[in-house]
Amino acid sequence: MVVIKNIVCPICGCLCDDIEATVEDNKITKVKNSCSVSATKFLNYYKERNLSPLVRKNGELKPVSLEEAVDRTAEILMNADFPVIYGFACSGCEAQAVGVELAEEVGGIIDNQTVTCHGPSALGLHDQGMPTCTLGEVRHRADLIVYWGSNFQESHPRHLARYSASSEGRFRKGRKERKLVVIDVRKTPSARLADLFIPVAPGQDYELMSALRMALQYDDIEEESVAGLPVEQVEELAEMMRSCEFGVLFYGLGLTMSRGKERNIDMAVSLVRDLNKWTKFVIMPMRGHYNVTGMNEVTAWQTGYPYAVDLSHGYPWYSPGETTFTDLLRRGECDAALIVASDPLAHFPKNVAQNLCKIPYAVIDPHLSMTALAAEVVMPCAFTGIEAEGSAYRMDTVPLPLRKVVDPPPGINSDEQLVGMILHTIRSKRR
Amino acid sequence: MDLLIKNGVVYDPLNGIDGEVMDIAIKDNKIVEKIDESNAYVIDASNKLVMPGGVDLHSHIAGPKCNVGRMLRPEDHYKDVEPKTQVKRSGVGYSVPSSFAIGYRYAVLGYTTVFEPANPPLKMLHCHHEFKDIPILDKGCLVMFGNNWSVMEYLRDNKLDECAAYVAWTLDATKGYAIKLVDPGCVEAWKWGDVEFLDVLWGRPEAIDKPVPRFGVTAKEIVRGLCKVNKLLNLPHPIHVHANGLGTPGNYQTTIDTMDSVKDLAEEDKPIIHLTHVQFNGYAGSDWITMRSGAHEIMKYVNANKHVSLDLGQIIFTDTTTMTGDGPFEYKLHLLTKNKWTNADVETEEGAGLVPIHYKKSNFVHATMWTIGLELALLAKDPWRIFMTTDHPNGGPFTHYPRVMAWLMSKEARKRTLDKISKRARSRSDLDNMDREYSFYEIAIVTRAATAKILGLKDKGHLGVGADADVAIYDVNPREINPSSDYKKVRKALSKAACTIKDGEIIVKDGEIVKSIEGRTYWVKPNVPEDLMKAMESNLANKFRDYYTVEMENFKIPDRFITRSSPMPTYYA
Repeated sequence: MVVIKNIVCPICGCLCDDIEATVEDNKITKVKNSCSVSATKFLNYYKERNLSPLVRKNGELKPVSLEEAVDRTAEILMNADFPVIYGFACSGCEAQAVGVELAEEVGGIIDNQTVTCHGPSALGLHDQGMPTCTLGEVRHRADLIVYWGSNFQESHPRHLARYSASSEGRFRKGRKERKLVVIDVRKTPSARLADLFIPVAPGQDYELMSALRMALQYDDIEEESVAGLPVEQVEELAEMMRSCEFGVLFYGLGLTMSRGKERNIDMAVSLVRDLNKWTKFVIMPMRGHYNVTGMNEVTAWQTGYPYAVDLSHGYPWYSPGETTFTDLLRRGECDAALIVASDPLAHFPKNVAQNLCKIPYAVIDPHLSMTALAAEVVMPCAFTGIEAEGSAYRMDTVPLPLRKVVDPPPGINSDEQLVGMILHTIRSKRR
Repeated sequence: MDLLIKNGVVYDPLNGIDGEVMDIAIKDNKIVEKIDESNAYVIDASNKLVMPGGVDLHSHIAGPKCNVGRMLRPEDHYKDVEPKTQVKRSGVGYSVPSSFAIGYRYAVLGYTTVFEPANPPLKMLHCHHEFKDIPILDKGCLVMFGNNWSVMEYLRDNKLDECAAYVAWTLDATKGYAIKLVDPGCVEAWKWGDVEFLDVLWGRPEAIDKPVPRFGVTAKEIVRGLCKVNKLLNLPHPIHVHANGLGTPGNYQTTIDTMDSVKDLAEEDKPIIHLTHVQFNGYAGSDWITMRSGAHEIMKYVNANKHVSLDLGQIIFTDTTTMTGDGPFEYKLHLLTKNKWTNADVETEEGAGLVPIHYKKSNFVHATMWTIGLELALLAKDPWRIFMTTDHPNGGPFTHYPRVMAWLMSKEARKRTLDKISKRARSRSDLDNMDREYSFYEIAIVTRAATAKILGLKDKGHLGVGADADVAIYDVNPREINPSSDYKKVRKALSKAACTIKDGEIIVKDGEIVKSIEGRTYWVKPNVPEDLMKAMESNLANKFRDYYTVEMENFKIPDRFITRSSPMPTYYA
């Protein structure tokens, strides 16, 4: 029995790095400091695993050798005119880098889950920039914490205690010295913890932010109510933001994926920027998958752009809406795919998912996901951060090393190795 | 493979060679006395300029700031692409190129060693991630300490030894190379948006004597403290300082005061403080209307005091991206330009900010900035203590270096630009009256020999026996050409090396990349007396829990992330 301390948790964008695991017989039997989501993963990662490479033959997925699966994947990608390499939000940065290289080799698209979560944040950043900070800054200084369109209590269970309202920092001793505001369309479990809950009318976040900016400038708002709220309450909130010492706006998919999308982020950044005339205010997206931030970073330093990069020209090209996986599928433009550590069939819109089923694709995943069930090739991989080493970026872009806590099942490779094998096979076939 | 570079016109200032026709022999990755010519690959360098590979000590090439720059500016990338070839990965970016492109473009310029000047310790892994993807170049990273809570507390409490141990531990844990200070003390104040404090600091000389709120230590004490720490640890590079009040009229006095604050610590004639991108810190006047150059005052001090070295931070008239650990300055620049703005404060340590900018000839302030950089270089009596940089990409992308070299080498080149800049800026500047023109020998000093020396890289920046086989060959005959009038030809030749050799391998031929190899990562491994380190470390674990949101164990960067790791041990004084 061994106890391993300070493990970085490979679940959500919080990347809590204080997990303690007890390992017996190459199995994790006990975890400490984990939230419920994390504990479930650490204690059950080995269950319901697919341990054999599968290739579709006569309409059915049949177990094959790894060589055959890799070979078939290489063929699919090589025969395609416009393949897409997609996923990697739950992979280490090392696997992500090989993914970009593979996309470049086959002249395809490299894209990731950003397309269905914080793509609008990237577009907002292009337009307005992003005044932000690391989470420790919030812990030490923030006296006003606003969550907008984020049910952090369920998506990022330890966010409040480790990094924000309930954390203990150098200049703020805890929950009592801070104000917590939650803005959402309904009273979520997170909203119940707030000092102030603002129920914004669905789809009217943009209006509310505009009104807040007006109220900050002491402009008259010639309406009785904005976004379902009395104007007095909007002005009150503006005053609260203006008069804090250090404020932070955490926002989730409630802002990025509701009406307005990247315009919402434009407005949110503008609001925070305006606030800096009176006080210190920062903004931060609540990134979901544990290393989706890392995928944006890797893609950016290797190709210049954070997601949806088209490498078919021989150099990187970027045009979200045109080069995004969802849009390519919707228009039926891509003709093959490799999907790594992601389950798009379960998450994409119906017509997009239907089109995915029409093209041949391979899946690399520890589990038999819904996407895997409809795939041409399935390759099982190790859990990075539990069964394989790597590195990842926290939602505030702090990089952390990922640890191998236990050995993967015999014969199971990391996604980094698998993508590398595909790349190698394609290169040797071309020579 | 053995290489023989034959009959080149060689400039090797560290060995006193000033344009001699000679052969350079290379065996494996080192320069040697002699090789068997019949077994060697011979490069005919007759009538060509041969210099050591370029060494850049201040260029923002990797790390969190650079990557935010890439994400901030897709419009910067569309206009400048780097296609994939048999040996090259693809890339994009004009002022903030992607990682692979950085390596190739530097190699084409004949540069082989480049140092990234500013990363916060907490995000150093990001820097090493990007280093892995910058091919060819040898690299190292300067680590920011000027607003670090622990450093400020140790210095406030007069615990210099513990401070040294802490800096040594951090450099070792994050695989950094030297101590960088960015706007010491002020970034901490900016993290509160403490505008009152910053108003006082921006451009006022008395500022460096004002205690940082909540920490009770002044900017001057931080500079002096870290300068002493640097000496205690015997680090190869002096403290590298981005002085307070950057980008503010009147700041030249702050720059001089900062240099003067460590004067009494100097021994021998060695620089103990490096002031970086001094152009941005060299403004006289009291506002943007009365602004003028402070280069004369600064150079008067620098010429008389050997404990200082500096680099230019020359600006280029172009569209570029400013990025610095100086968060408050970037906010100010955003207010001035109304351009998009990114801020990135880092807990317990430092901050950063980015704003795009377009330097225009017609703009009085930009034109004045342009004159200041060149004035600094032309007024310098000792080229060994002044280095050519554009503070890439703050003054302009490094790909414009040959343009700066041409301005330094030719009065006519300067005049051509002077004719086009703001008349008010021209009339206030002394540049028209400066006749000095740099020689090829001096260019070799300010772009490789002196930079390698100040970085403490003994095997770089020269072509003597035992040096690393990093060589640049340019298609221009310095014995025949007159750079003063033929500056365009010189600029063109320096823009595309006829041949760049790195570690004994031919990387560039006729301005094209023909091979790509991995570069080294230099970092220092300071040895500190065991009991001192133990005493400091016993406190450190608790401190981590109080100050950071990561565990001490996860802060240390494992060796597997370091590309061609080249640690340099140093010993406690």
